[in-house]
Amino acid sequence: MPLLSYREAIRHALAEELQRDPNVVVMGEEVGQFNGAYKVTEGLLEKFGPKRIVDTPISEAGFVGLGIGASMLGIRPVIELMFWSFYAVAFDQILNNAANIRYMSGGQIHCPLVIRGPGNGGTNVGATHSHTPEAICASHPGVKVVCPATAYDAKGLLKSAIRDNDPVLFMENTLLYGEKWEVPTEEYLIPLGLADVKRPGTDLTIIAHGRAVVSSLAAAHTLEQDHGISAEVVDLRSIRPLDEETVLASVRKTHRVLLVEEGKPFCGVGAQLAFMIQEAAFDDLDAPIRRINSIDAPAIYSPPLEAQQLPDAGKIIQAAIELLR
Amino acid sequence: MLLIRRFEERSLRAYQAKKIGGFLHLYNGQEAVAVGCCSLLGDNDHVITAYRDHGHAIAMGMDIKALMAELYGKATGCSKGKGGSMHFFDPARNFWGGHGIVGGQVPLGAGIAYALKYRGIAGACLAFMGDGAVNQGSVHETYNLAALWQLPVVFVIENNGYSMGTSQARSSAGELSKRAEGYDMDWGICGGHDIYEVRACMAKFVAQARDRSKPAIVEIDTYRYRGHSVADPDNTYRTKAEVEEYRRSKDPIQVFRNALLAEGVLDEIGATAIDAAVRAEAEAAAEFAEASPFPAVADITKDVYWEEDNPSEKQSRGRIFFG
Repeated sequence: MPLLSYREAIRHALAEELQRDPNVVVMGEEVGQFNGAYKVTEGLLEKFGPKRIVDTPISEAGFVGLGIGASMLGIRPVIELMFWSFYAVAFDQILNNAANIRYMSGGQIHCPLVIRGPGNGGTNVGATHSHTPEAICASHPGVKVVCPATAYDAKGLLKSAIRDNDPVLFMENTLLYGEKWEVPTEEYLIPLGLADVKRPGTDLTIIAHGRAVVSSLAAAHTLEQDHGISAEVVDLRSIRPLDEETVLASVRKTHRVLLVEEGKPFCGVGAQLAFMIQEAAFDDLDAPIRRINSIDAPAIYSPPLEAQQLPDAGKIIQAAIELLR
Repeated sequence: MLLIRRFEERSLRAYQAKKIGGFLHLYNGQEAVAVGCCSLLGDNDHVITAYRDHGHAIAMGMDIKALMAELYGKATGCSKGKGGSMHFFDPARNFWGGHGIVGGQVPLGAGIAYALKYRGIAGACLAFMGDGAVNQGSVHETYNLAALWQLPVVFVIENNGYSMGTSQARSSAGELSKRAEGYDMDWGICGGHDIYEVRACMAKFVAQARDRSKPAIVEIDTYRYRGHSVADPDNTYRTKAEVEEYRRSKDPIQVFRNALLAEGVLDEIGATAIDAAVRAEAEAAAEFAEASPFPAVADITKDVYWEEDNPSEKQSRGRIFFG
């Protein structure tokens, strides 16, 4: 199987869906002529032309809202946010309009659009550019939230997201764009809401999404090699819908849970997971659930400090050892 | 216009009788704007508006029974009781709401126009907003996109003089539609009390949007007789005399009625008969709403996700609702 970068995998997903469905339109800042701020859309303008690959001005509330309006008539916009952090200036459009219109119209209208881009810290760009909005977005019924951790997942999930008839918020990671994974050449789709056991184990379950999965896998490797601990790593892939079944099956198998998440702890994805696990599998737990999030403050700029603010393999290893003590 | 007026009067009575919850933004006094504009539209033309949406919904041909039932929060409402007064929708009649956040619907209007242009359909979208919306960032972002991409949209500013309780003089610098010049767009302004004037002004802008994909901003000056919403006691920012003066001299229904009488198209008997029929229709709508059932608790989680409501075509897995 060929190795493909996370960036290329997303690009291939876009190209395949653009090819497949004439209603698919890619729009955003610098997606065309500039070839994408992070080069995700490189070459697409040349291949599909300016009607399908649309450069927008810096105007998130405007073009996100425009995309939502177009989606009501059956266009399938895939809107790139240069950073998910910029969702805040389009918040009303995403979470009042896209999320609510189907409901407020009594189901008469739906909004088949995807908003995608990187939503992560760890790149020393300070608090304004380092938001991880999956928890806050997923708390709004009406949208779906997807956070792929690998190139394989990114491609299969994005293709499903584009075909989905509900608004899908697709959160990538700049630190993964250059990383490579095996990706098949033949077409495949990954359904939203299906978690993936990235590594089987028996002693504890580590539940993560996005780049935290990569850190968790590195930690699981070291735990096995150096400490004789067998950690199962569950990648949520999708925050909403959430694969409760896979999560609970793993908890019932290992009886210990470590939640790892780049987002902040307060009202984070982990808070929802911990509630769900204790409610459904309290008697299966042999220890209190632990979690690792970013340290609860705005993202710090200082590069060595930001590295310490985020979850990493070292912190995961430490927490796993303590959890099994 | 008369149907809108009588619908609004009947809904106010229902509100006062505590049959309707939340806000109720009445359209009394502004009828010629929605009716004049929407009367120019064809099968491929679309409308979106803000929260004072009853007039546009009726002008676009929605059934007032479904509208009244929506106000009552009933399952037979146009949005199954899920939207309320500010959120009427009827995509089958090219009416895309009914939006609660000031200026929030304006980018959607440009998106509808974008979809028309993308598909090569000769149609236009009228994106209505109040004078209170013109200072929202989303509106200016949309002006720019519409002009930049030459979208077939006409932005219609219904200027009733007050953004809630703040007069135009206290909220907006300069002329409202003239801001189009900054975006190199056409603009116009007309009175909203005379339906003929509204139609004459709008016809050109609708036609050039539809036929040449040329956007424009049009300000239509109008007046609302009631407070911002029924919760507004309407005693802090304007005088009763001001309201009465407009009603006396510029009431859009009276102006139209007088014109029809003068032209001999209508006589007093005919006018009285129309009014009686329309009152009866409004009353029947209230009776329909009254007799209709409320939605069930199980309906609360329906119409949230397309997929959940179309289980045979569901692709996703996993839990979507949380308790």
